[in-house]
Amino acid sequence: MLCNICHKNLATVHFTEIVSDEIVEMHICQDCSKSKKKELIGSVDIFDFIKKENKEKNDSLPKCNICGISYQEFKKNGLLGCARCYSGFRKQLLPLLKKIHSRTWHVGKSHFLDEKQAVAKMTVGKLREQLNRAISLEEYEEASKLRDKIKIIEKDA
Amino acid sequence: MEDSIDIQNSWLSKTESDIIFSSRIRLARNMMDLPFPSRADDSQKKEILKKVNANWFNTELLNDCQFIEMQTLSNLDKQVFLERHLVSNEHIVDGDGKGLIVSDNQEISIMINEEDHLRMQVITSGFNLQKCWRLLSGIDEYFNKQFSFAFLPDLGYLTACPTNLGTAMRASCMMHLPGLILTKRINKVLELLAKISFTIRGFFGEGTQALGNFFQISNQSSLGFSEEEIVENLEGVINQVKKQEEDARLILSKKQNLQVEDSIWRALGILRNARMINSQEALSHLSLLFLGVDLGIINDNDFFGICNARKLVFSLLLIIQPAHLQLAKGKVLKEKERDCVRAEILREKLKK
Repeated sequence: MLCNICHKNLATVHFTEIVSDEIVEMHICQDCSKSKKKELIGSVDIFDFIKKENKEKNDSLPKCNICGISYQEFKKNGLLGCARCYSGFRKQLLPLLKKIHSRTWHVGKSHFLDEKQAVAKMTVGKLREQLNRAISLEEYEEASKLRDKIKIIEKDA
Repeated sequence: MEDSIDIQNSWLSKTESDIIFSSRIRLARNMMDLPFPSRADDSQKKEILKKVNANWFNTELLNDCQFIEMQTLSNLDKQVFLERHLVSNEHIVDGDGKGLIVSDNQEISIMINEEDHLRMQVITSGFNLQKCWRLLSGIDEYFNKQFSFAFLPDLGYLTACPTNLGTAMRASCMMHLPGLILTKRINKVLELLAKISFTIRGFFGEGTQALGNFFQISNQSSLGFSEEEIVENLEGVINQVKKQEEDARLILSKKQNLQVEDSIWRALGILRNARMINSQEALSHLSLLFLGVDLGIINDNDFFGICNARKLVFSLLLIIQPAHLQLAKGKVLKEKERDCVRAEILREKLKK
């Protein structure tokens, strides 16, 4: 099997990660695993995160259709153009957010929810953290149970 | 303007803690339908400024505040606000379309059109994160009723930089850590803090050096934790660092008593006699003086006519900053002139 990242070398490292709520199995080569490992250690500087991300992905870079900023421009100065960029660039931003905050799910204050919804949201946030943990420990049975729980709560709310 | 830069009734005139100088929390908020400031044109920035100016005053929480357009301020006034931690460096360059709401006691400041449309902060002396959060949370509730802020259920409040996303909250404490520096334990503490995702910065926040043994410690993650969790986690960390500093001071007073005492008295000697002194050197001596007061080596009787040594040293930390010197003299001073005026003021305030 060839490496999922460089598509050149033989994949010798196998692991599972969550990308935008999907469990993704990764098979990568020794070289790519080194850069992946470095990137997991992380630091505070947004440009570090972006640079690392830059290396991985050279696929088509979209533009925000509201403010007109391109993902390339965001990579240059670290600032998004408008609130809609978060919807437009969601796919690119989620892995970045994971590296910066180590979590990708807001559990704080919210002014758009009534109390019942707010409680449901908090619960879902906590369950998602548990889900991430379960997956990193390769407890897939537990993970699928948690996933079902989340689905039920989200449907009700 | 005169009122807003009065130091007497500001939070800066109070000091309660010897190791934790001040606590601060800020929230970033953006309007839903306008581009972030870096991407907004002049008319859009003006629109935001106008919107805020028309809506900020209908709450008791902001009773003692005033609204200021940054471009109406002189460079000196801007610098004074910066030295008081009321605005950021970024906010005082190119003032067009930028605004500030600031309270008389300077605990509340709201920057308009900085990196985000609103940057609201509450800063208090001592270790008071809970108080900061109570007040700031109230102000946030108020503004949330006035404006529709950019928000997504799963990502929280949307900010210009993704590092602030979610709660959009940064909580921090300014700590004075001479013990950890003198015992050379500081690097270990800083490494540990970085490992558990806390950020350490210098005296004036982002991108500044640690001056006079002062460090600002803040949360790194703003997403995935509730505001209360962020405050509690930071409190825990600050208490740990404080404990480390206390241990270091204990060791200093046991093992290197004479050396420490010597360097504290020397610092006072220099401050009392220098004819020219730059702010970096002054800060490092004032830091030692502060340590001297904390350890009881220097006490109130050592200062002629001043009843509270701690208060005096604390106020000097601010008075010796470049803009405050010029404010005191009522005119713009060149760097060399400032060094002379700084020495003059220090001699005057610290005379026996």
